[in-house]
Amino acid sequence: MALNSKIPAGQLAEKWTTYKSTCKLVNPANKRQIEIIVVGTGLAGASAAASLGELGYKVKAFCYQDSPRRAHSIAAQGGINAAKNYQNDGDSVYRLFYDTIKGGDYRAREGNVHRLAEVSANIIDQCVAQGVPFAREYGGLLSNRSFGGTQVQRTFYAAGQTGQQLLIGAYQALERQISLGNVTMYARHEMVELVTIEGKARGIIVRDLVSGELERHFGHAVLLCTGGYGNVFYLSTNAMGCNTTAIWKAHKKGAFFGNPCFTQIHPTCIPVSGDHQSKLTLMSESLRNDGRIWVPKKQNDTRIASEISEEERDYYLERRYPAFGNLVPRDVASRAAKERCDAGYGVGTSKQAVYLDFASAIERYGKIEAHKLGKSGASKEEIYALGKDVVKEKYGNLFEMYEKITGENPYLVPMRIYPAVHYTMGGLWVDYELMTTIPNLYALGEANFSDHGANRLGASALMQGLADGYFVIPYTLGNNMADDIRTKAIPTSHPAFEKAENDVKERIERLMNIKGKESVESFHKRLGKIMWDKCGMGRNEKGLQEALEEIKALRNEFWTNVRIPGEINEFNTELDKAGRVADFIELGELMCMDALNRKESCGGHFREESQTEEGEALRDDDNFMYVAAWEYKDESTFQLHREDLVYDVVHPSARSYK
Amino acid sequence: MQHYNMNLTLKVWRQKNSKKTGNFETFYVKNISSEMSFLEMFDVLNEQLVSEGKEPIAFDHDCREGICGACSMYINGRAHGPWHQTTTCQLHMREYKDGDTIVVEPWRSHSFPVIKDLVVDRSAFDRIIAAGGYVSVNTGNAVDANCLPIEKEKADESFAAASCIGCGACVAACPNASAMLFVSAKVSHLALLPQGAPERRKRALDMVHQMDEEGFGSCTNIGACEAECPKGISLENIARLNREYIGSMLLGNS
Repeated sequence: MALNSKIPAGQLAEKWTTYKSTCKLVNPANKRQIEIIVVGTGLAGASAAASLGELGYKVKAFCYQDSPRRAHSIAAQGGINAAKNYQNDGDSVYRLFYDTIKGGDYRAREGNVHRLAEVSANIIDQCVAQGVPFAREYGGLLSNRSFGGTQVQRTFYAAGQTGQQLLIGAYQALERQISLGNVTMYARHEMVELVTIEGKARGIIVRDLVSGELERHFGHAVLLCTGGYGNVFYLSTNAMGCNTTAIWKAHKKGAFFGNPCFTQIHPTCIPVSGDHQSKLTLMSESLRNDGRIWVPKKQNDTRIASEISEEERDYYLERRYPAFGNLVPRDVASRAAKERCDAGYGVGTSKQAVYLDFASAIERYGKIEAHKLGKSGASKEEIYALGKDVVKEKYGNLFEMYEKITGENPYLVPMRIYPAVHYTMGGLWVDYELMTTIPNLYALGEANFSDHGANRLGASALMQGLADGYFVIPYTLGNNMADDIRTKAIPTSHPAFEKAENDVKERIERLMNIKGKESVESFHKRLGKIMWDKCGMGRNEKGLQEALEEIKALRNEFWTNVRIPGEINEFNTELDKAGRVADFIELGELMCMDALNRKESCGGHFREESQTEEGEALRDDDNFMYVAAWEYKDESTFQLHREDLVYDVVHPSARSYK
Repeated sequence: MQHYNMNLTLKVWRQKNSKKTGNFETFYVKNISSEMSFLEMFDVLNEQLVSEGKEPIAFDHDCREGICGACSMYINGRAHGPWHQTTTCQLHMREYKDGDTIVVEPWRSHSFPVIKDLVVDRSAFDRIIAAGGYVSVNTGNAVDANCLPIEKEKADESFAAASCIGCGACVAACPNASAMLFVSAKVSHLALLPQGAPERRKRALDMVHQMDEEGFGSCTNIGACEAECPKGISLENIARLNREYIGSMLLGNS
């Protein structure tokens, strides 16, 4: 099957405008007859469900949480990019497009990314109209800040809670449509199977997580907005319930999986403190504006930070990358931290951490404040107190969170940080219309693979989720549904629904009947360890081969020895988790296969065999400038399809931050 | 910081489902690290229960970083436990010492029926938002964001109200099980912004009406909600809601 990305013809900057003016439309009377299923209520799902409800489609929305407002988009801290150029600092749609393509290490589609940059400005307008309380200047206008990988200030924010405010905006729009009867909401419901009829997606099977009962739902089209799969690593910054099940079921029914191995490891997270650790917490990228990252120059140094003098400290990012220093992109910063820790320079009890130190920022700000106040002879203590106030104003909520988790005061001792899994650039392969290789099945937001290439820039995930939901899918869905207006709602007694439900039932019964000895959690942890060690920040052929064997063995063990207490037809969190972990195990295998196939290093994917003499990632454009789209054939058997990436406007070059 | 391990006694509310009656059960956990979060301590307990072939304790949780609002434990008589402005998931075990006994219950409110063990049904909050907690603006209608300057102070105040995570601790803490802090946070968030102005009267009336329909109690200015709110939502919001509501009653809803 040849992949057709359906990028419209014409100049890059005209493609989306042309598409919008020429795509097919569905008249209001017909929209009322068309049923749309939206799975997931994060930024992509909530914005899509609300917008489609407004247009008049009959929408059903599903989420596994107890309320659509709790989807994990809510935890995004830093901000959302938009090419508004409010700062008059030279920003434009083209620059946002260019930064995103370059940041993704030239592994994303030009057409999609340009569209994303074009609609970014509309997102800010829409959110402000909804009442999202973005940060403002004293003049009453919107405030901006900078993020990694850019030279302009284009990030809009609401303190360290931007994701929360944007999601609440989308959630309120969704609740409004629910009250108007345009959207029916199913909370505490999890999609467990996709239903296809005559090759098209026509519905889903869901499990009511309270009663345990299976339900059938028909839709003319199905939208998967179910987020990323970072929890395949067990430990990540994702929420505990984030999972791959919806997109994995779709994959097994024929949706190709794009670039599964592209994972973002975020450099600044609170390190693991012990085996009990259940999840990792991010410390926003914005901290690297003022914090300096260092480790001791001496190997296995056990002294506390304050006893290590300035001369004995290695500010390794500033040393290795003098041009960008502590503000190198995420993939680069993460690898550099791992390199130091692996070489025996890590700090803290686990030795798997580096310092993020605000002492010099506090001193610098303190001196500026003292100068403002005309205190030329301010004492060291006075300067510290003044500087601390400035740092508190900028990062107070993050410092508090750090102290709650670690019990250490980051104003006095440097933060300990370590990279952690944060985001997955890979996902279901979609064309320009966000449709997967299964007709009428769409993937939006982090669930698709499309816009971030091999590395996502900070503050771009929120932008993509809302772009897909508010501004892309309302057009592209209509273009397809216009051909479906004669399709009557298919009764869920159709044999395809019957079979899908039976398949789910059998699988659940099989899981419950294993009655083994090991908990689901324990299998998940073991999978996570394999993935982190062998398909994490550094990957090599030998390790990936081993991982493939280990995952196969783990899968066999899981299906013969997992223990799930409780009953099927009740609220049973162990059973919910078992289904998700079973899918993660299969996905882990595909990720390793993809990582093995891609012999180059690019973005977050670092193949140790492919690096420069200085240890930097070495891309291989001649052989790997393509999207790897995997087709599921059978257990452990996947076929690779290539979508070659064509760059008409941007000229791929080596990313250097020295 | 010195880390240590502890053994604890836990008295936890168990309830099979909404139809059965519940009761406290006592559990013992050993070697709990002071570095663990409160929910990680529950993970340890649940792993122990699974290994004994028993059903683990059901509790709501998701982000585990204090923002999604899912976690909801009533710990030793306090919503989200003893730490000020802290959700259950951010409470850490260094609060406790070896030999302590900890009592854990679900949110108690007629309007939040227990689903299982510590899990309650908070869908009433969604219905209150659906009754009017929004600005009626369709996608694609917006003008340029900077066409509408908003005083920084107002925007900051609105943001403070909007930081509510909808966890329901205010209801659980209130002797009347009132939802006024939750409702007032949303009314304030939108009433403080010009975007929310056209609908402000109707919004206050409709949201309060829905709150009453859901069976939440009345506010008698006790202030437990503010004291236990993990996000520090201020009682001033309730005063604002009262003004909005009375104003709407007097002037009609248009």
